[in-house]
Amino acid sequence: MKKTLVTAAIMTAFAGQAIAMDVDICVEGAYPPFSYTTDTGAVEGFDIDIANALCEEMGATCEMVKTDWDGIIPALLEGKCDAIIASMSITEERKQVIDFSEKYYQTPAIFLGAEGMTLDMLEGKVVGVQRGTIHQDFMEGEFPGIELRLYGSQDEAYLDLTSGRIDAIMADSIAMDDGFLKTDAGEGYAFFGPGYSIPQYHGDGAGIGVRQADTDLRDKFSAAIQAIRADGTYAEINAKYFDFDIYSD
Amino acid sequence: MRVDLVLANWELFLGGVWMTVQLTGLALLIGFCIAIPFGIIRANKVPVWSQLINAYVYAFRGTPLLVQLFLIYFGLAQFDFVRESWAWVFLRDAWWCALIAFALNSGAYATEIIRGAVATTPKGEIEGARALGLSRWQVYALVLLPSALRRALPQYGNEVVFMLHGSAVASIITIQDILGAGRTLNARYYVAYEGFLTAALLYMAITFLLVMIFRQLERRYLRHLALR
Repeated sequence: MKKTLVTAAIMTAFAGQAIAMDVDICVEGAYPPFSYTTDTGAVEGFDIDIANALCEEMGATCEMVKTDWDGIIPALLEGKCDAIIASMSITEERKQVIDFSEKYYQTPAIFLGAEGMTLDMLEGKVVGVQRGTIHQDFMEGEFPGIELRLYGSQDEAYLDLTSGRIDAIMADSIAMDDGFLKTDAGEGYAFFGPGYSIPQYHGDGAGIGVRQADTDLRDKFSAAIQAIRADGTYAEINAKYFDFDIYSD
Repeated sequence: MRVDLVLANWELFLGGVWMTVQLTGLALLIGFCIAIPFGIIRANKVPVWSQLINAYVYAFRGTPLLVQLFLIYFGLAQFDFVRESWAWVFLRDAWWCALIAFALNSGAYATEIIRGAVATTPKGEIEGARALGLSRWQVYALVLLPSALRRALPQYGNEVVFMLHGSAVASIITIQDILGAGRTLNARYYVAYEGFLTAALLYMAITFLLVMIFRQLERRYLRHLALR
């Protein structure tokens, strides 16, 4: 009798595991408004809300793992987390190492500098980019003569722009609009030049990164993105941060 | 482990080594120049000066190097009067900020090393020098300092190695030192070990070289203390 009970308990435990999915998600925490760290140390933002919505949709129990940007892909590969939801652009280069879900948003990249700055004035100036981003590749490919300064996080680049150590930043337009221009620190600064969205550098929008072996998880994320697009959850989260749909159909 | 990535980017690491050696070397040199007068003043307990220097030493030995670097790099840049002053020419540059932080930090540690060595000079050496009719300055230049610096050698060797390792924090403020090169490699190829391991090996190699140099110096200048 006792034995049967134990067996039953074990079987239930295993059955339970097969249904509920545990997913650790690597997030960044220094890329407002997509991902930022609050005063209490919690990570919040668009990426986090999307992550939670997707987990709920998939019926998974998710835990957010705060990871520095330049170590985020190694963290995934080493199994410190099972997915990256950190506004990571889907590029060919990254696809050689990890796999991506479908995009969950897509916004153009652009230059940011002091008001009155133009593309013609860029010669001889110093431009800041986040290390290991599509923006670094873009600058090295399209503006090889311009001196680049590499930052660990976008927030550090903002600090050096306001102190005058760099003259411009190349990064995502939405991230800079909400994370910098709309804040007090952003006064006197503006975008300049066109919005860039070159597939070779900028990829196919931001997707959810998973290990190449986890095709099942990848497909579940893709399906969940479609589901929250359809049922209005995405629109609800989107409205919390932006006044237009950043999914870009 | 992808050794090919490291080899293909050897120039990145060479630049990193040069940056680290240059920053550490200059910081140690400036720190040493600060430490000689400061250490002597501290050892002699010169009123007011001694207290001021003690405060400097206390502040820089009492806080982590990374915090000092952040205060100089991100902290000072927050003040308009700093950005409008002549000092901004230097403070604007991450390299100068790192050099200032490292030199002041090394100066604080070296001051204590020199103070200790000067203060523990056997009385007989000084009395002997005085008895020969040497002036106060001659006693310092010919007897006390050479003797104190010799005895400070092993401890100072440690400080040199600590400074080298401490200099790795420079990579955080955009400087492409050895660790910066490793982080760039990691970020570019989405790897975790290759960049850090190469950086570790390079630091180790430089440390080994420094230890050898100091062992030679000790053999030469501390021969009188060696076991026969």
